[in-house]
Amino acid sequence: MSNHAEVAEHVGGTTGTFLKVWIALLVMTGIEVLLAYEQVPTLIMLTALLGLSIVKAALIIAYFMHLKFEKLSLFLTLFPMLIFCIILMLIFLGDAVRIPNMRPPV
Amino acid sequence: MSTHASAVEPAGSVWEGGQSPYATNSKKFGMWLFIISDSLTFSAMLFAYTYSRVTNPDWPKPFDFSPAVIFSTIMTFCLLSSSLTMVMAVHAMTHGNRKATVRWILATMAGGAAFVVLHLSEWMKLINVEGVTPFKNPWGVPLFGGTFFALTGLHMTHVICGLIYLAIVAQGIARGKFKAEDVEVSGLYWHFVDLVWMFIFPLVYLMSARVG
Repeated sequence: MSNHAEVAEHVGGTTGTFLKVWIALLVMTGIEVLLAYEQVPTLIMLTALLGLSIVKAALIIAYFMHLKFEKLSLFLTLFPMLIFCIILMLIFLGDAVRIPNMRPPV
Repeated sequence: MSTHASAVEPAGSVWEGGQSPYATNSKKFGMWLFIISDSLTFSAMLFAYTYSRVTNPDWPKPFDFSPAVIFSTIMTFCLLSSSLTMVMAVHAMTHGNRKATVRWILATMAGGAAFVVLHLSEWMKLINVEGVTPFKNPWGVPLFGGTFFALTGLHMTHVICGLIYLAIVAQGIARGKFKAEDVEVSGLYWHFVDLVWMFIFPLVYLMSARVG
């Protein structure tokens, strides 16, 4: 019973909003492909691509997955933990960088 | 009855347990938990791919801008557009329009199916023409094939499972079963599959693009 009230409370986006988000996602994908075509230096390319991908992911989660219209407690329960765990995976980056220098010369 | 009794009591802070701390149904919350755990699986695989690449300075760049990158851009367009049609399906279902919901879900499935067909044809070209397998490839870094097929294969499996899931939901709605929340939950899964591709496409394809 209370469920009905809760569902009614959730205000989703309008068709116009979804179209705008879709166009923004397409434009950002276009910029990414353009960067690949221009063969930008690797580090700048990686930073730009990751930055754009994170913005795209945020748009999809917020609007398409509706998280913007959910309670803040849902976001706080799920996402800080996820981001923290993903950042923890960077622990092995040092090893990955070191290994090429540890190989004996051929 | 107990819910009626508790409804009269003051709800208190959401962090004290509240009555419904997330104000969401359990199906949706369950799907969110699955998505979070699956995100960690894909993150681990993307990190494995990236670290393998960093440890091998002679990592191959097997994707010509034309046709491979253009091909994968079309695949990205298919997935992004299928996400839009899925949102429209959820929108139609919340307004009680079952016929439109089925049509939008079928459009979503068409986008997903196009993605799988294009992806499989790209795989076949890599396997049959270029001679890439999970264990060897002509460019000398065997890990490329292993990480590439594991990552894109797991993603494609998710897309195929999504197509089956959407087919079940669509036929259920056509028969008058399922509620708006069920379409929303299937939508969450579909958008997640799209979301993962937003990282695989730049990190695997665009970072390995070869122009000219």
